[in-house]
Amino acid sequence: MSFDMEQFLETFYEESFEGLDIMETALLDLDVGATDSETVNTIFRSAHSIKGGGATFGLTDIAEFTHGLETLLDEMRDGRRAVTQEAVSLLLRSVDCIRDMLTAAKTKSDFNQDEVTLVDQAVKVMLGSEQNINEPESTITVSENTESEQKKNSGETGWLIHFRPHANLFHTGNDPVRMFRELEALGSLTVEADMSSLPAFVDLIPEDACMGWVITLLGDVTREDIDDVFAWVEDECDLTITSLNDGAVTAIEPVSESIVVEPEKGKIEVEAKPVVAIKSVPPPEEQRQGDDRRKINERRQTAKPTGESTSIRVGIDKVDALINMVGELVITQSMLNQLSKDFDMSRLSKLQEGVTLLERNTRELQENVMRIRMLPISFAFNRFPRMVHDLSQKLDKKIELKLLGEQTELDKTVMEKIGDPLVHLVRNSLDHGLETPDVRQQAGKSETGTLQLNAFHQGGNIVIEISDDGAGLNKERILNKAKEKGLVGVDEVLSDDKIHELIFRPGFSTAEVVSDVSGRGVGMDVVKRNIKDLSGTIEVASEEGVGSKFTIRLPLTLAILDGQLVKVGEETYIIPLVSIVESLQMKKEHINIIAGKSEVYKMREDYLPIVRLHGLFDHEKDESILDNALLVVVEGEGQRVGLVVDDLLGQQQVVIKSLESNYRKVDGVSGATILGDGTVALILDIAGLIVCAERVNYGQSESVDKNYIGMG
Amino acid sequence: MAKILTADDSASMRQMVSFTLKGAGYDVVEAVDGMDAFNKAEKEKADLVITDVNMPNLDGIGLVKKLRGLPTYKFTPILLLTTESGKEKKSEGRAAGATGWLVKPFNPDQLLATVKKVLG
Repeated sequence: MSFDMEQFLETFYEESFEGLDIMETALLDLDVGATDSETVNTIFRSAHSIKGGGATFGLTDIAEFTHGLETLLDEMRDGRRAVTQEAVSLLLRSVDCIRDMLTAAKTKSDFNQDEVTLVDQAVKVMLGSEQNINEPESTITVSENTESEQKKNSGETGWLIHFRPHANLFHTGNDPVRMFRELEALGSLTVEADMSSLPAFVDLIPEDACMGWVITLLGDVTREDIDDVFAWVEDECDLTITSLNDGAVTAIEPVSESIVVEPEKGKIEVEAKPVVAIKSVPPPEEQRQGDDRRKINERRQTAKPTGESTSIRVGIDKVDALINMVGELVITQSMLNQLSKDFDMSRLSKLQEGVTLLERNTRELQENVMRIRMLPISFAFNRFPRMVHDLSQKLDKKIELKLLGEQTELDKTVMEKIGDPLVHLVRNSLDHGLETPDVRQQAGKSETGTLQLNAFHQGGNIVIEISDDGAGLNKERILNKAKEKGLVGVDEVLSDDKIHELIFRPGFSTAEVVSDVSGRGVGMDVVKRNIKDLSGTIEVASEEGVGSKFTIRLPLTLAILDGQLVKVGEETYIIPLVSIVESLQMKKEHINIIAGKSEVYKMREDYLPIVRLHGLFDHEKDESILDNALLVVVEGEGQRVGLVVDDLLGQQQVVIKSLESNYRKVDGVSGATILGDGTVALILDIAGLIVCAERVNYGQSESVDKNYIGMG
Repeated sequence: MAKILTADDSASMRQMVSFTLKGAGYDVVEAVDGMDAFNKAEKEKADLVITDVNMPNLDGIGLVKKLRGLPTYKFTPILLLTTESGKEKKSEGRAAGATGWLVKPFNPDQLLATVKKVLG
């Protein structure tokens, strides 16, 4: 039977990554000096599983690397080794190495061999013995030794075996019959019962073994083969194995422990006649292992990194809810079916009822299907304890990390994309926000700073807050820098909020010393752009000396959008509801024309550029009169414009279909959807639209581009 | 066909063991740790138990001890899946009443050979 181990790899990767997360969390929880055996045990178990799985599924390098780690943890678990800061740091580094190796194996790419070797050596030094350094080597080469050893110990003609089980043999689930069966498979077998120790019938305990056997096994059988047969019962029997070749009694001692096992196997010395001419043909198993290894290597070399095929674990309750819902849907469908068979107007109310029910079923089904993709945000949060631990050590700061709302659920895709911005924000807080203990003390604060990550649902959004009780944003410095860079006029007076927003401008970094923790020029503008790509927003609130709070708002899912349907000419367009500030009917007296061309609308104190969607999308319509026309005020990238539309239709959730993958990228349009009547409607990309409109108004793309970048 | 109860906290190992045994026609009952296995044992009346050693809640050695306390499992073969090649763990397992062991890493063929050896 041939097996493809590949099929189990996906599960192995998944559980191993989880195991590494568990290890990391537990390592960070581990109190140096104290022996918390349960925590160490948890770490040990994860390492142990990764090693076992790695070896089983052909990832030898991972298994070997983890082996040293496991030994270290085993010693800690038994209290033979103290839990030191040094050890914890090394273990954390090892976790990173394994993660790297696993990722490399999964994506068929290369891992950081230097770091792995370095950490591997460090682990071995810590274990402190030459023997350990050599051990992994020996595990690989054993099979060859065994092979030759086996040949050498061949009995050629046969063996005489005296086998007398101890009384308790049956209580270990062992049965002499099994051993006879196995011996029979090796050669020609004769078994004679030795009843000498059989007790009187009245004394007989049926559950105890009380007989002995004299076994003659003829044929070319090796000593190891026989030892294998009795390996499980060596402590529960008296065993004598004699070679019929020379009659010498060999090894009355219990069969060596390592018989079925690996490394030490080659060391067993058995006196038996050596046999000449050993053909060194690797056993089939060895050969296959070699092949496998080669296959993996080849694959790593040739295969290009492919797109990650990801799986998702879904709670059974979610699946049950779905099945339940589909059940209801089927009932509703059959009800409607029945109704349609002989329908007359008297049953109209019934039909309406049914349709309402169908609508509810569909909505619930949709919500539940969406929920399948939802994961708790702890998946994104769980990297931070480690990061804060490492960075606070590096920066000599005392920082307490608080995670709130870890169970708040979020779409998997959104989760994957929000990771980097979050890391950036946390790094920023650690590096620039929170102060060193002495600075904090001078400011009358506790030595330990607090960094808090909080997630919660609000409306159809998820809100993530990153707050610290650090120094807060330095308004003066930000303003000076902005003036220096020409982002703000020299005499301009800005409100606090406006000043804070400046940090999201491209190329803006106030850190005087560029550290390797944050501030390499890739700044908050990138964070903002990433969040914007997810149709989210980011705001900052800060007070000097008290702390800062960044608030990120994201849609729960990227697949569905709350949209406002608007009519422009004969077409229906969809404006994302999040971008709409308000809608109004324009009054003639508030419309102005500047520079003879651009139209603006005076709304309270602000002047809004007017964007005529008709013109932009080439709809034929007389649009000279704007009086009383509908204006939808939208906001994109912090800029507001008014869109002229013919009619406001309904609001509804729409499923986003990519225009880019089905057609091509269209400026000002982020996607498309199919409406209830089957027609296609385009979804407007507000930020892109504003750029388009500016291009049309100014008629020169250069200034548009500059403006576009300037808005970020 | 014989029924085999297998306990392992690693999903991939469980998957591999189960797939292999089912492929050979055995009935397989999976358990995620020793406690889970023990809870399933009485009802399932397995002909063979294959258990990992290192597991949360109840480890393999603990499971063997507990199972041997059940009349149904007094003589049932119980195999330990172990990476520990050291004498200590094995004699601990044997003292607890384990029938034998299979050393990790093993491949499906080795697993089947061992199972066949025990079940005949």
